[in-house]
Amino acid sequence: MSGLIFDRSRPGRHAGGLAPEVLESVDDLPATCLRKVPPALPEVSELDVVRHYTRLSQKNFSIDTHFYPLGSCTMKYNPRAANRFAMLEGFLSAHPLAPARFQQGFLECVFELQEILRAVTGMSAVVLSPMAGAQGEFAGIAMIRRYHASRGDPGRTEILVPDAAHGTNPASAIMGGFRVREVPTGPDGDVDLDALQKAVGPATAGIMLTNPSTLGVFERRIVEIASLVHGAGGLLYYDGANLNAILGRARPGDMRFDILHLNLHKTFSTPHGGGGPGAAALGVSARLEPFLPTPFAARDPAGGFCWIGAEGRPESIGRLSAFMGNAGVLLRAYAYARLLGRGGLRRVSTFAALNANYLARRLEAAGFELAFPERRASHECIVTLRREAREYGVTAMDFAKRLLDYGLHAPTTYFPMLIPECLLIEPTETESKETLDAFVEAMSRIRAEAATDPERVRGAPWTTPVRRLDDVRAAREPDLRWRPPGVGSAAET
Amino acid sequence: MPFIPHTPAETEAMLESLGLPDLEALFDEIPSALRIGALPESVPEGVGELALSRIMHERADRHETPLSFLGAGAYEHFIPAAIWDIVTRGEFYSAYTPYQAEASQGTLQLIYEYQSMMAELTGLAVSNASLYDGATALAEACLMACRLVGREVDHPRVLLPEAVHPAYRDVVRTVLGPQSIPIETVPFDPRTGLIDDCWLESRLSTSEAGVLVLPQPNFFGLIERVAEWTEAAQKRGFRVVGLVNPTALALLEPPGQWGSRGADIACGEGQPLGVPLSLGGPYFGFMTTRIDCVRQMPGRIVGRTVDLEGRPGYTLTLQAREQHIRRARATSNICTNQGLLVTAATLYLSLLGPSGLRQVARAAHARTRELVEALTGLPGVRPLFEGTPFFHECALTAEKPAGELLAALADQGILGGYDLGEFDLKKPASAWLVCATEMRTAPDIARYRETLERVMVRGRAPAPPSRHPVIS
Repeated sequence: MSGLIFDRSRPGRHAGGLAPEVLESVDDLPATCLRKVPPALPEVSELDVVRHYTRLSQKNFSIDTHFYPLGSCTMKYNPRAANRFAMLEGFLSAHPLAPARFQQGFLECVFELQEILRAVTGMSAVVLSPMAGAQGEFAGIAMIRRYHASRGDPGRTEILVPDAAHGTNPASAIMGGFRVREVPTGPDGDVDLDALQKAVGPATAGIMLTNPSTLGVFERRIVEIASLVHGAGGLLYYDGANLNAILGRARPGDMRFDILHLNLHKTFSTPHGGGGPGAAALGVSARLEPFLPTPFAARDPAGGFCWIGAEGRPESIGRLSAFMGNAGVLLRAYAYARLLGRGGLRRVSTFAALNANYLARRLEAAGFELAFPERRASHECIVTLRREAREYGVTAMDFAKRLLDYGLHAPTTYFPMLIPECLLIEPTETESKETLDAFVEAMSRIRAEAATDPERVRGAPWTTPVRRLDDVRAAREPDLRWRPPGVGSAAET
Repeated sequence: MPFIPHTPAETEAMLESLGLPDLEALFDEIPSALRIGALPESVPEGVGELALSRIMHERADRHETPLSFLGAGAYEHFIPAAIWDIVTRGEFYSAYTPYQAEASQGTLQLIYEYQSMMAELTGLAVSNASLYDGATALAEACLMACRLVGREVDHPRVLLPEAVHPAYRDVVRTVLGPQSIPIETVPFDPRTGLIDDCWLESRLSTSEAGVLVLPQPNFFGLIERVAEWTEAAQKRGFRVVGLVNPTALALLEPPGQWGSRGADIACGEGQPLGVPLSLGGPYFGFMTTRIDCVRQMPGRIVGRTVDLEGRPGYTLTLQAREQHIRRARATSNICTNQGLLVTAATLYLSLLGPSGLRQVARAAHARTRELVEALTGLPGVRPLFEGTPFFHECALTAEKPAGELLAALADQGILGGYDLGEFDLKKPASAWLVCATEMRTAPDIARYRETLERVMVRGRAPAPPSRHPVIS
């Protein structure tokens, strides 16, 4: 029995003791501006709420409960300590507009995190205001625009994006006021250099690259790419979604990237929270520093820390949020960086790569086809199930759904779009060898089922709270909210 | 090794199965000139959880928590204990965007319930699954409204009142700038603090259709005549974006009821609904709209459907708007929502219900009235916009510069409010914005009054001794 929280509602019931008892007067407000009909929020007891949402939580797969090898998302263990520290009362009760003297402890954490990330990325400066990777991309693109404008070079209207890129890359380029030009990938998974050579020119504002790419391989000709794009007057933007693969091993700054964002909810293990909050770091080379968004943390001449705001930074692209981004998430990332430290951060990429390569070779040995069998896997690998689709009529989506029955969250499916029937699998460094072995075992069993009893796979999942959902109906007949009984859609605006 | 389970024997076995001599070999495709042997020494060595606990406690507790009368977009409300106990359950905390719907029904149903509650609260048909914060929600709402107007007008402009939060106006400029969308500032009437009637009336009647943003309450806490403006603007073909405080919606007419048609989009900052101040984030932005505009809405949306056996279930829907499908032609580049904060808000609204939320709204209003009454009892202190009704913030003016008074109050452990110095108030006066919610008591208000009285007479006294060096 699940139902909605609204189904538990009974007129006149309430949790009690959580709101002020007295109903204060509003006789000073004009009656015309007052609400006539109260909102139909649920009327339930505290136990109703706790039980309902506890039960809902139990319908989720999560890192804490299941292996969650969602490629490109870096679903590693989120240390409980990081959450505990970020939720200390002194941080939670602090108002964002209080004078800096009341924020010294927090500012110190933010400043040190900026410094750690500067060292980790090899960039000249790092700020932490973007509230997610996509917002970091937008900010980076806006800086590219400002940079070219500041040099009196407005003819650069194009951003180059490899065809394997995350969907946010082209979408961010458009939000930044550019046109997008796709660059094809060669058969070995690297960017097609000849095609890139033809694409760059006086209209090139920059290129957005993920390295290792979304194809799960390191872009080996990155130095040539950098020379080509820089030579044509463009800038290099690094999408840091896959930094986990090279953390402490190689640095985007050394690859001559001009701007980057890091997803702190990936590499720095802050929670994904069912979709957010994320947080991103934005790093730049020296020539881009004047354009950085505000605010960011700096040392105060008096020995403490302060915020640098818009004053005195006329070339800044401006503000990205009302206050200081997802401040509490930054505390979690800081705690993670301190717990791991210099050696621990480097171990992250070591074991992420070991796990991904081990998993790739075991899957290959079990008869699955790797998308790039000749290549070293980064922190993730791609299996293509085109043979299984052809022979058994069982797709990558069917495999994904059947994995849920084995108590394993599915890898990313059908991304990157270049690889047919693909699973993008990212185990992360926090998973053990036996978990990886169990995943390979489950994949093999599913393939055996596909050969003997394909309906078992095509009909999956069987054991989850619901079976496969009718997405077409969801889109064609949108039911996007509960309505109070007796209120038809005609009464709605 | 923190968070890495491999034993040396396992590492050895895994390398052997890969035919690799050592761990370094895993990185042999990275050009050797780019490989580094170690991170720079400026990255500190790792510390244990106990040692870090000492560091973090010291930083969290470095200052006494001041008594706050500061609002300006972040509001201190009571947060019931049950909320964050549930929000930080691992099943919510460590799940991701519900791409595999069957394994994410908890998060999906919760978002559907959240969407229902926000639609109810704002009086509009549909809600998305949230945006980053109030400021970016406003910027996205402006972009969305331009797309709606853009069907009829070539270069729609955005009319943005000066009495919208200054940081929100900055974010709108950051986001709209690259699209070359013109933004015009709607001035406020220096007598009332409300939108300047003459200016807006003449602009609506002469300018081509565009987007009008209506804050309710506005940044000064004042109640705007939103119904009339919505009516007037929509008659001229404008789209109306209501920027609202969710607590105030328990008290004030919701955007869906403004004028005869209702606002086209409502948006705002969700922080007052169970989210701690936490130095400014993470918060969440909410956005609701009319049903006929939903395909222009940015962000995730959850819908109810059925599974193979006809049982109800929830899934991400209308994804043809989004970047992972539409790429360069998406409505926005956003791909996350503020999931945990939405979880908190959904629990908050369930625990308070319609009556609890109304009591909170009215208590905040009443405490602010009492605060204003207490402070304006002091000589020279009066409301900046005398006679204009307000919700839970109010601008005050005094003879001494506000900045000086606020600094002196801070020395005494009181955050006295927000300095309005950046506004052109057209008066030889200096003003600041005060706020009191249900969290402030009569003794708190008395302490503010006494301290303000003292500092007005004496000016900035030497600060009381502190446990730590103070930086101002």
